[in-house]
Amino acid sequence: MDIKEKLIEKTLLVIALSSITILALITFFIFEEGLPLIWKVGPRAFILGNRWVPSQGSFGIFPMIVSSFWVTFGALLLGIPLGLACTIFLCELTPPSIGLFLRPAIHLLAAIPSVIYGFWGLVVLVPLVRNYLGGPGLSILSGSIILGFMILPTIISISEDSIKALPKTYKEGALALGATHWQTIWRVMIPAARSGIVASIILGMGRAIGETMAMIMILGNAVKMPSSFLDSARTLTTNIGIEMGYASGDHRHALFATAIVLFIIIMILNSAAILLSRRRGGG
Amino acid sequence: MAGSTSVEPFAGVLAEEYMKLHPEVQIYVQGGGSTAGVEAARSHAANIGMSSRSLLPNEKDLSAVTIAKDAIAVIVHPSNPIRNLSLIQVGEVFSGKVKNWNELGGPDHPIFLVTREEGSGTREAFQKFVMEKEEISLAALVQDSNGAIRQVVSSDPNTIGYISLGLVNDKIKAVEISGVEPSVSNIENGSYTLVRPFLFLFSGEPTREAKTFVDFVLSPPAQRILSKEGLVSILPTTALN
Repeated sequence: MDIKEKLIEKTLLVIALSSITILALITFFIFEEGLPLIWKVGPRAFILGNRWVPSQGSFGIFPMIVSSFWVTFGALLLGIPLGLACTIFLCELTPPSIGLFLRPAIHLLAAIPSVIYGFWGLVVLVPLVRNYLGGPGLSILSGSIILGFMILPTIISISEDSIKALPKTYKEGALALGATHWQTIWRVMIPAARSGIVASIILGMGRAIGETMAMIMILGNAVKMPSSFLDSARTLTTNIGIEMGYASGDHRHALFATAIVLFIIIMILNSAAILLSRRRGGG
Repeated sequence: MAGSTSVEPFAGVLAEEYMKLHPEVQIYVQGGGSTAGVEAARSHAANIGMSSRSLLPNEKDLSAVTIAKDAIAVIVHPSNPIRNLSLIQVGEVFSGKVKNWNELGGPDHPIFLVTREEGSGTREAFQKFVMEKEEISLAALVQDSNGAIRQVVSSDPNTIGYISLGLVNDKIKAVEISGVEPSVSNIENGSYTLVRPFLFLFSGEPTREAKTFVDFVLSPPAQRILSKEGLVSILPTTALN
């Protein structure tokens, strides 16, 4: 019996370690392939350079960093209010019968493959933007709208969990003191669950920065620095996704170097989210 | 066989056809790009390398067999009134010097360029034929396949792009270049110049199996398949019927 226990324990340990090893290998490989190029070009020229013309040896990804944040910011502008409203409704205002149907529907939003979002955006949203607002339609605005919907499940499910985790006494106490239901939600519950909500937003942000397929289809992928929400843009992820097919030599290494920058940005965001959700226990 | 992703789908069709006739033979077709095709042939990693561009001076140690030709068509939306552009005009449009359709006799609206991504063989060929030393504008929209470019151009009246002639359909319009319509006969008589060869590459003598396959590819039945798939056969049209 004892030996069997040990055996199971060790097997699980090996399995757990192997998944971490794969993560470590991926990290190592990305850095090994990309770092030499960053040194060759110069970190400053690589990160702050404005020109991306691999065939002429120009590797500047600044427009892509800016575009990544621009698209993500736009997505948050749509995703946060929608997500929060949805969370409050789900937690506090939904009759159970509707919640039973609504919750799975929101989870389903996360299960739709991103290529479907991209295709829908390309066929429905892009022509609308082009016809009513101008520009090529393949633009930051279209991308932000689609991304805003894609990050909803992340924001809703995590902030809902953090509101549900609040002690019942908070709500009961506020109501007992004579606060209305809305005052209780807005003044007591949301502030108390703040760290969880912020963590959900940061995770949504990470999801938005990392999205590739839908963005390749909707953003238009121009390498120029965007100057308005109606301009086409290329994010860090789409730069890798669109060019990896044929890249060789320095060009290929530059795509790995792009991945390093993306990796660091996402690491920072995820660490922030983890830190914030740890603090949640203390309120 | 390995190499150009432009040649790959056609080589795949031919290989399938060949394996039907010779069930004992297995042909593996892989992409990777024209440069990868050159490397594969040189290092004998593949029996046959595939390339969608002519060999560079430093690649002349390989022998090349042209299996077909592919033309690049400059395409616009069907409602676009422009029917004809000179090669120089196309170059000026794609480098961003000409920014508005009215400079070309069209409506007063900015031109939206659609191009392929860096590293694409089609883009390389377009660059060589049309742009020469000029650079394709950084403001151009970038799509990663012929099909995606066709989709964008077919849905926006203000765009201009370029794709393989074989993929032109009635949702878009191929413009004449200096008055020459991109058609099979104009490619055969040499008046349409945006044409690139599809090559099979060998380092030294091809193996016996590779040689039989190439003979098959150059035969009228295989060439008929290629021209049905949208390429321009190396045989005269009369030999295909």
